[in-house]
Amino acid sequence: MQALVKLENISKYFGSVIANENIHLEIFSGEALALLGENGAGKTTLSKMLFGMYKPSQGAIYINNRAVKLNSPKDAIDHGIGFVSQHFSLVPSLSVAENVVLAKEGGAILDLKKINEQVAATAKKFGLSLKPQAIVSELSVGEQQRVEILKALYRECKLLILDEPTAVLTPQDVRALFKTLKSLQEKGLAIIIITHKLDEVIEISDRVAILRHGKLVSTEITKETNARALANLMVGRDTIAVSRNTDHRVDEQILFAVKDLSLKNKRGLKVLKDISFNIHASEILGIAGVAGNGQTELLRVLNGLQKPDRGEAVLAKQKLSFNDSQHYNNLQIGRIPEDRHKATIADLSVAENLVLEHIEDFSKAGQLSKKAINQYANKLIKDFQIKAKANDKARTLSGGNLQKLILARTLAKEPKLLIVAQPTRGVDVGASEYVHQKLLEQKRNGAAILLISDDLDEVMRLSDRILVIYEGEIMAEFAAEDASREGLGLLMAGNRDAA
Amino acid sequence: MFGLKIERAPASLLQRFMIPIIAVAITFILASILILIAGANPLEVFYEILFKPFTKRTSRIEILVQATPLILTGVAVAFAFSAGYYNIGAEGQLYAGALAAALVGPKLAPLPQFMAIIIMLLAGFIAGALWALLPALLKVKLQVDEVVTTLLLNSVILFFISALLNGIWRDPISGWPKSPAIARSAEFPQIMARSRLHFGFIIALLSLLALWWVLKRTRFGLELKAVGLGKEAARFMNIKVAKTMLAAALISGGIAGIAGVSEVAGLHHYLIDGISPGYGYTGIIVATFGSLNALGIAFAGLFLALIDTGSLSASRSLGIPAYLGDVIQATLLLATLVALLLNNYQIRRKDA
Repeated sequence: MQALVKLENISKYFGSVIANENIHLEIFSGEALALLGENGAGKTTLSKMLFGMYKPSQGAIYINNRAVKLNSPKDAIDHGIGFVSQHFSLVPSLSVAENVVLAKEGGAILDLKKINEQVAATAKKFGLSLKPQAIVSELSVGEQQRVEILKALYRECKLLILDEPTAVLTPQDVRALFKTLKSLQEKGLAIIIITHKLDEVIEISDRVAILRHGKLVSTEITKETNARALANLMVGRDTIAVSRNTDHRVDEQILFAVKDLSLKNKRGLKVLKDISFNIHASEILGIAGVAGNGQTELLRVLNGLQKPDRGEAVLAKQKLSFNDSQHYNNLQIGRIPEDRHKATIADLSVAENLVLEHIEDFSKAGQLSKKAINQYANKLIKDFQIKAKANDKARTLSGGNLQKLILARTLAKEPKLLIVAQPTRGVDVGASEYVHQKLLEQKRNGAAILLISDDLDEVMRLSDRILVIYEGEIMAEFAAEDASREGLGLLMAGNRDAA
Repeated sequence: MFGLKIERAPASLLQRFMIPIIAVAITFILASILILIAGANPLEVFYEILFKPFTKRTSRIEILVQATPLILTGVAVAFAFSAGYYNIGAEGQLYAGALAAALVGPKLAPLPQFMAIIIMLLAGFIAGALWALLPALLKVKLQVDEVVTTLLLNSVILFFISALLNGIWRDPISGWPKSPAIARSAEFPQIMARSRLHFGFIIALLSLLALWWVLKRTRFGLELKAVGLGKEAARFMNIKVAKTMLAAALISGGIAGIAGVSEVAGLHHYLIDGISPGYGYTGIIVATFGSLNALGIAFAGLFLALIDTGSLSASRSLGIPAYLGDVIQATLLLATLVALLLNNYQIRRKDA
């Protein structure tokens, strides 16, 4: 059988970072291919190249055996490729039919009646239940996703790529989506579904392509494999690292206790479900999980940016207020945030970014003490090996240096509790190593550390204890020495039987 | 195109320095087209606008008189914009200050001059800040877009003042729509003999100093900039974002109010309908063109005052419409905004 789409030796580099390397992959009409991998494994980059959003650094893409250049999403659409992203691009105030035809060009005159009929016909042909006249803003998330799919079908796509399609859906909507996908497959469409949920892979796909660190590790036939084997392929074998936590002795005193934290998002979905845990002094508690399972919300709450609906957190007998960040300084809570760019200000100087969090220490009667600021900044730059000058704009710093800046300003205050998120995301190997060393040093000095990371290697390397979070819930707890990569991987993908 | 390529990266220092110059150049090229249509010689007109005013003492001083409200509103706008609060209401806040001056001014006769002036300034600041309060509260409490609210409130106060002037304040004898004159003690003294230049100019210079000092030397100023440059990060770094933004909005309104006081107490000595020909709006151009810093605003205020003064005399001597000055100012704003956009890009020669 001839492949509908063929990727030949595709690589994509961003500067020195390898996003994808030497990928060979074929996709056939009428099949559902799952693209499985951890965060940062290169799934999204690969699909974006297929949709013309990125150009491959090397390699070729063939459609029906003809080499094609996909320079823009328009090219991809013209070649029959459709893409449903996690973030819908719909105009809320327009009807379904209007949204669908908006995406297709040509024709200056809009015949609403004709359009409604055409859109209804397409929806019917593929078994999508949608009213063409319905206003998009009044539709549920699942229905809006269906509109996105309809948009692609209306443009006669042959290959439909769905990026984490179930991330935003309720379980009922997931059922409906899978039914739709099955029927599309029967109509001869090829489907690529990007996911990291093993249960879904097993249920929906015919074949699975597993990516790790930008490389295609394996392509499996779904029927001939199982969740455990896939989890193994996805997370890979242990990699060697210099800094790792080998001394799991912790203090007996519980320093930080979180009890029954619960939170609903704007749509009323529970994103945190009764989260409880303790951290001892001199302990690193790791929370492993795939991104989007409540980590961001947990961090927002613990970092004092959002009040939970229920629950409390207590640090050394003092309750956290959840919304007064000043209070965090007084309690000596240090925060290394998930997104560096939301914790630093690109157009302020390195020195200003270093002192702003504790600006009261550097001003007298409202006046800034420039001298004190510069002295302090120069000391931190030296102590933490930040490659920048005090007056450089923060925007000129590399990811690793910006992370060192945040590390410096946080650790210099010798926090009792350290809330650390994705400390090495997008950071080069050398800087990662340095960050890990510093965190272990804090542990030795008696700090309680909460480490939240998508990078399983990192969690396993540093933690004394590991919790697994899935859909806002703590699934299991392990002592570091008892945790296996395989078991964690299964739990992270929502497979409860593994515990 | 043209063998150049544009990349998303912070502009080089040279490029940043060139931006206002390029903006001015583009403005005058575009203006030339209009001048040609009006049937005049562009070079002659530009000479009249840009150089002629320097040749006479009165017009040299007039530039400073014109620059006074422009610098004040420019500083007002810069305070707000620095905090990421887009106050388009300086015009209305200026009128609020002028109204306060007209209300308080006539009652200050028994006081010595310096006290009367301080009370005038305070009244104007408070009135301007009050007029800025509602949109600022709507912004920080309910996230209502301040561009819309501040802009619309301008018309509200303009019509309100117009109603006062044409109603209860109308001069019973002459029928002129003007407020009662303020007390002699409340008038700003002239600071140069035989000229219209008044104490308001000194206040404008002090406001520049205040802007520089607050933004560069104080904790509040640093927090203000932090909020303007990265709201979310500022919040993460323990800065009270809503409070800071509110304070910036009120200071902005207050200084615009002082601009209104300055026009009443320094020039007219009573309130009339057209006391500001849009100084509040021109203030936005001044602040933007002056890239929100004190030195830039001083330069921009003087430059726009020069264009104002010059285009008036050009229209008299060359018979071109006086509105040309407005057109040049507006074009300058657009050119500056486009040029500022380029601040985030690097223009480089394409590699062969």
